[in-house]
Amino acid sequence: MTKKVVVVEKILSTNDRIAAENRSIFDEAGIYALNLMASPGAGKTSLIEHTVKRLIPQINLAVIDGDIASNIDADRAEKAGALAIQINTGGECHLDANMVNNALGQLNLTGIKLVIIENVGNLVCPASFQLGTHKSVLIASIPEGDDKPYKYPGMYRGVDALVINKIDLLPYVPFDMAYFRKGVEILNPGLITFPLSCRTGEGLESWIDWIYQCTLSKNL
Amino acid sequence: MHELSVTESILEISLRHASQANAKRITHLYLVIGQLASIVDDSVQFYWDIVSKDTIADGAILHFKRLPATLECQECKHRYTPGNNSFSCPSCSSDQVKVISGDEFYMEAIDIEP
Repeated sequence: MTKKVVVVEKILSTNDRIAAENRSIFDEAGIYALNLMASPGAGKTSLIEHTVKRLIPQINLAVIDGDIASNIDADRAEKAGALAIQINTGGECHLDANMVNNALGQLNLTGIKLVIIENVGNLVCPASFQLGTHKSVLIASIPEGDDKPYKYPGMYRGVDALVINKIDLLPYVPFDMAYFRKGVEILNPGLITFPLSCRTGEGLESWIDWIYQCTLSKNL
Repeated sequence: MHELSVTESILEISLRHASQANAKRITHLYLVIGQLASIVDDSVQFYWDIVSKDTIADGAILHFKRLPATLECQECKHRYTPGNNSFSCPSCSSDQVKVISGDEFYMEAIDIEP
């Protein structure tokens, strides 16, 4: 004799609960936190290097780097001037709230005003796992192609800002910006975008200014 | 693939509800997945057979209910399920559309043997 038990529970409710814990840690410490996501090679670490170098005189910041293996990214963030910690996920394709929670326990957050979490390079899985950050940012890059919003809608749905990196390559690769933006606008109407190039520095200013203002808003 | 951590969550939720109901065994799980949620049924099934082993959910059958996404055209108010290559309104071709649903991913119910 079987019996039906009504559950109606979000599958990722446990992750969401730990994410809420992380948010409290950030809030109590007066820290603004960003979850930076992108496919491998879109320029996450490059953007972090530029951001750290530009902000470090005004803002103490920490970088949490997620990768399947290696310390390459954390080393780059540290060299740029940030307090950095590497999380090796050992095969997992995304960071989850629990990994971030453990990393926060190992970081001395005193004086830190901004935490940037660099997620594992992946356009699918990170979107499903809240980390407790205040904002999620996606980096798209020109060589990836203009069809990514249509192919990875989940990623574009859940973010608060979109960086479009490598715009210096626009003359050399086929990329229909109108088609790209049309997909983005449908999935995430009014999404703030930052077209820029980490290589030439074009457009970096408004991105840096946006992060700076976000961080200040937390510390008023 | 994030289906392993997803499958572990499915096990955790089902075991918790089963224990609250004093179940001896879990026989069926009913999951709801929206069209825009990035979950692969086959992978969940694959991991399920591994993670549920030696638990009271061992051998339980997973049922996936796929919910189509619903978009609403902001121009003509037409509601539709998007095709594979375009999100535009099939009625008036507008791109001013809003996602109404499609992100769902939850456990609806489980069948247990008390």
